[in-house]
Amino acid sequence: MTLVASAGNVLVWIVWIGAAFACLGSGIAVVSFSNPFFSALALIGNLASLAVLYLLLSAEFVAAAQVLVYGGAVMVMFLFVIAYIGPQQESPWAGGPSWQAVGAVLAAGALLIEIIVVVGLKASGGLAHSAQLGHAFGSPAEIGRLFLTDHLLAFEVTSIVLLVAAVGGVILGAHSRREHWGSAGSDALRAESTRPG
Amino acid sequence: MLGPNVAWYLCVAAFLFSTGALGVLLRRNPIIVLLSLEIMLNGGNLALIGYSRHLGDGAGQIFAISVMAIAASEVVVGLGLVVAMNRKHITLDVDRMNTLRG
Repeated sequence: MTLVASAGNVLVWIVWIGAAFACLGSGIAVVSFSNPFFSALALIGNLASLAVLYLLLSAEFVAAAQVLVYGGAVMVMFLFVIAYIGPQQESPWAGGPSWQAVGAVLAAGALLIEIIVVVGLKASGGLAHSAQLGHAFGSPAEIGRLFLTDHLLAFEVTSIVLLVAAVGGVILGAHSRREHWGSAGSDALRAESTRPG
Repeated sequence: MLGPNVAWYLCVAAFLFSTGALGVLLRRNPIIVLLSLEIMLNGGNLALIGYSRHLGDGAGQIFAISVMAIAASEVVVGLGLVVAMNRKHITLDVDRMNTLRG
């Protein structure tokens, strides 16, 4: 029994190490690629390895939602927009380190050290032993029960936020299209008024 | 709990969050800034789900799903802005966008 448990432990460690390093490496790749198309593809790898980490944390429903919502819908939207506006190369490290790049690296490193120190000081003693879980933890039924009982307000507010975002997207798109038509119409009018005869 | 305990997951989450912050501070293309913002939100999500597993409380997962919905909304508005800027032939460089006049 202990042999089976330790073999499972080693297996989970191996999967964790693979997923964590894929996650960190693809995160760094997103930041350092000069082409936004490759950055978006690296972010898909990041999201997939994060879904593996969520599965190891027994959050099955969140992992499935991560793959569907992020890996499916959001990334397709990113790739469409990148294809729409065309490739825009930008090399973040070209021309030697500027004061902005040095400041950004210093700020991000300070943030990392700060988070790790705070978590290590405040919570390192209690992190060794996790709670025992029931079988329903993280299942869709449990998530749905929590959403419709304890967190009903968050559920409703989320639906309003999504509605507002959809309206905002439509307004942003329609506004520029109307201006486009308006400028085309005024060009036509101008051409009409300056036409000789 | 098999495998690494929650502290390791929190380290990965902190590293992801800092990587995303580095991208937001460093990059000038607004699309890559949005992608880095997604990495920051995912670092926060990983910490939420790690603590949810640690405490045996499902509320962290509810939080994580709400964060995903907020992130999707933010992407819709951000990409709408990028497309609108591109239509008005504004340079896609966040360092040059320093006025609010269209």
